[in-house]
Amino acid sequence: MKKNASQTSDSLLKFLGSMNLAITLLVALSVAAIIGTVLQQNQAYTDYIIKFGPFWFEVFKQLGLYDVYSALWFLLILFFLVLSTSVCIYKNAPKMLRDMREYREGIQLKTLESYSTSHTWETLHQVEELQDAAQKILRYHGFSARLKEGDGYQLVAGMRGAGSRLGYVLTHLAIVLICIGGLIDGNAILKLKEMTGQISPETQNIPADEVSAISRLGMDNHSFRGSVSVPEGSRSEVLFINYRDGYLVQDLPFTIEVKDFRIEHYNTGQPKSFESDLIIHDPREEETLQQTISVNHPLIYDGYSIYQASFSDGGSKLGLKAWPLVGARYSPKAIKTSVGEDIKMNLFNQNWQLEVSDFRLFNINPAEEPGKKFKNVGPSFQFKMRDKTGAAKEYLNYMLPIKKEGQFYFLSGVRGSPAENFRYLYVPMDDAGGINRFMQFLMALHDDAKIKELALKQGNGAQKLPSESTEQFSEAMLRLVKLFREDGFDAMVKQVETTVPSEKRKDVVDIYVRMLQQILGEVYLGVLKAEGIDLSQGVDESKAQFFDAASTAIGAIGRYGSPVFFQLEDFEHRQASGLQIARAPGKNLVYPGCAMLILGVFLMFYAPQQRLWVWLQPVDRQEKKIKLVLAGNAVRNKIDFKKKFDEVQAQFESALNS
Amino acid sequence: MNTMNLELDQQSFFKKLSLFDWLWAGLVLVGTVFAYQKYASLMDAYEKGILVSAGITLIFFGWNWKTIRGLSIAVFLLSIFGISRYITGLEDADADFFLRFLVSSQSSIMWMSALYVLATVTYFIALISRSEFAGKVASAMTWSATTMGLVGLMVRWRESYLVGLDVGHIPVSNLYEVFILFSIITALIYLFYENKYKTRALGGFVMLIIAAAVAFLLWYAFERQADEIQPLVPALKSYWMKIHVPANFIGYGAFALAAMVAVAYLMREKAKQKKRTNGIMATLPPLEILDDLMYKSIALGFSFFTLATILGALWAAEAWGGYWSWDPKETWALIVWLNYAAWLHMRLTKGWRGKPMAVWAIIGLFVTLFAFLGVNMFLSGLHSYGEL
Repeated sequence: MKKNASQTSDSLLKFLGSMNLAITLLVALSVAAIIGTVLQQNQAYTDYIIKFGPFWFEVFKQLGLYDVYSALWFLLILFFLVLSTSVCIYKNAPKMLRDMREYREGIQLKTLESYSTSHTWETLHQVEELQDAAQKILRYHGFSARLKEGDGYQLVAGMRGAGSRLGYVLTHLAIVLICIGGLIDGNAILKLKEMTGQISPETQNIPADEVSAISRLGMDNHSFRGSVSVPEGSRSEVLFINYRDGYLVQDLPFTIEVKDFRIEHYNTGQPKSFESDLIIHDPREEETLQQTISVNHPLIYDGYSIYQASFSDGGSKLGLKAWPLVGARYSPKAIKTSVGEDIKMNLFNQNWQLEVSDFRLFNINPAEEPGKKFKNVGPSFQFKMRDKTGAAKEYLNYMLPIKKEGQFYFLSGVRGSPAENFRYLYVPMDDAGGINRFMQFLMALHDDAKIKELALKQGNGAQKLPSESTEQFSEAMLRLVKLFREDGFDAMVKQVETTVPSEKRKDVVDIYVRMLQQILGEVYLGVLKAEGIDLSQGVDESKAQFFDAASTAIGAIGRYGSPVFFQLEDFEHRQASGLQIARAPGKNLVYPGCAMLILGVFLMFYAPQQRLWVWLQPVDRQEKKIKLVLAGNAVRNKIDFKKKFDEVQAQFESALNS
Repeated sequence: MNTMNLELDQQSFFKKLSLFDWLWAGLVLVGTVFAYQKYASLMDAYEKGILVSAGITLIFFGWNWKTIRGLSIAVFLLSIFGISRYITGLEDADADFFLRFLVSSQSSIMWMSALYVLATVTYFIALISRSEFAGKVASAMTWSATTMGLVGLMVRWRESYLVGLDVGHIPVSNLYEVFILFSIITALIYLFYENKYKTRALGGFVMLIIAAAVAFLLWYAFERQADEIQPLVPALKSYWMKIHVPANFIGYGAFALAAMVAVAYLMREKAKQKKRTNGIMATLPPLEILDDLMYKSIALGFSFFTLATILGALWAAEAWGGYWSWDPKETWALIVWLNYAAWLHMRLTKGWRGKPMAVWAIIGLFVTLFAFLGVNMFLSGLHSYGEL
């Protein structure tokens, strides 16, 4: 029985230490790694569902493909790699280390003569002399040599490049160290805690102090990598670790305060540096620590590494002006909000919620002007307008007008989901640099009574269409304007398509467009007049351009989706510094492992082990003839060794024949 | 009874050095000390360390491979000349005759490109016509191309400071620059072996990959204006870049060389199988030499790739908050490393030789290529500079 057991353990060791297993593991690790790069890791689960559908989503989830590198099977591969390498070291290292020190003085003459690099002379020189010469030649070539007095023979055994053996031990030991260190710093431990029910990630977006104890990690957790966004002037004593589809809260033994966050720019506009002034408040210390960190220059404090990782808005205060886009006479309203705040509002008897998500002080966009690559187009803010059903569109509004093809516009981007690109509403800037004229024009178009009045005037002035009374005409004009307000010229075209036979459509559309433009023009002139502009000389080109741009913009309002246009009036900028804080005790194994790996690899390849032997044996006592066998052996780089051997052989040749 | 006459000039390594060797060391030392004195105040401790190590490395390099001295001196003189032609600013590049046609980084790199392509053709002419003269010309072209490439990088380094004092940086920061580096390093490794094995027959094969790199470089410059000097993103502003990137490209260069030798191996083997002993392929070195060269090249690449990956991990620990993040670039570096580790294991412990290893070395190049280019093209991640 006992014998059986030892046989089993022997064959188990043999299997674990086998090269086949090692190669298989290397390949398996590569394949797993490839999967992890092809499939984007740690995305939101909803993204995966959209991508793969519910069935495959579940299959891939069970396989742990969304976080390959901490999946159980992946850790198992790593574990077996460590095991296999360890067994390999256990089996080979003692032999290797012995080999480093041994000169193989016990080698037999037959073996020496059987080597391909071997040569035999017969000489009349004295043994002592030969010994001496052999040792000298060997040492000349960098071999350390030893003399052995054998039974009826003498042997000079030389060796060089013991380092390659050490290299083997170092590299393989390094792999074990690096893997173990990496496992400590990876989230294998968290995984274990989750499996035993000690922790569970929080999936709701709630303040850190409301997160329940099961999603919190105490100071006894020694290995983690988390992040926290700290607004300027604020503090944090926790950080957040993204974990599967939620997060965990890690407590810190100190409080980090961000005093200031700065971005410096190159004169081309690209960011040059991100810096934070930090203050560490440690209850264990009397004094606080002040330190500035930047990218590539982290702060190491008490084993915690604090990095400048990102930045975001820290709750900038915004002053907005809400311009109504629907309905007739409403005056704009001032609103105070801040980034991250949600404001409920009732607009035109509908409930809306304004959610400001971001503010940016700079927007570096490609420049239109030749010779300049980038241009700062000034501040912008991003927000959502959520209607009573909970559906929301996202908006991106720029504070300052942006030049496009010679004219300035206030831009407002809109999109239905983050996956889409913003489509922009171009609101033309008026002569005063604002959007007042545009809004006046828009409001005038919503004044139905006024439209009818203008239409009547126009109907009377122009040549009359047959069979239509002026009343009918003005009603029709109003309908046209309404259609236009809803969805621009397109709506009108669509309307015509459904009501007019195809052969007449083109004509009808032409007439409608002309009539509509006339009406719009009248309204526009009215707005200009109200501004007190002298129109006796006609309308200049810039005002004509304004009219075209404004008409286009108004035509697009139907698709804009928000009943108001928010204009950014003023702001108080407040940034948040994104800090990453890590503790990686495993690096105490990984870094020495790395050093060993580098040293080992170079030793292995560049200090190849080579051996030379010189065997001296009297052939015949009377004649005093001595047989000299020079032989050599190298495990690797045999071609190089052959060259070296030939050189050594030539030296012996000349020494013996002198 | 005769006494043995054993004349071994038992000398230490240093005593074996000639006057020229010492002259070389002196020259590099003077240069290093001068650079240190002039610029030490602008460097941090690590950069000072890098400068001193670079000096020492260059001395040893020159002692062990004499031709490198000529190269260094030529690069030094041409670079200094190029830099000195910039007087008012970058606009001199168009006005000054020498800058415009020879030593501005743009022109040098064009010279490099042209010479590498010509060298490729000439090596093949030499192989086919078995002309020793053509072979020598090809070698000379490769050396000249390498010189011009290095001059291009040196002058570009200076030009980046002319763009703006805060913009200046070592030109190994984007795909355009590292492609130049790749061509130069691959050529240098090849030239080393050409010298060591005394054969020019492999030149055409190896230069093919350099010519391909040059083709990409030109497309990238003309189509995407990638040659424009851009300021560094904050994450790249570190002394680590100065050692991580070159170490990496010694690895890539050596792997590329191994793959091209593997191609030569396969062709030679095919010729041997078909018993075509007089064909062109028969002029290639014997199979065992090719096999050995392939191994040496992969060993060199593997050593430096290991070093580079570890340096990268240390840098990541400083810049991204962890020495390993399973970022696609990191992961692919690991895949490349595992692949060659497996290759070396098969050869060293299982004794695999010949055709399968040659095929594997070629596959290895594709894996490497994906890590080098494919990741930037197809996968997103932290290493997002050098996008196509």
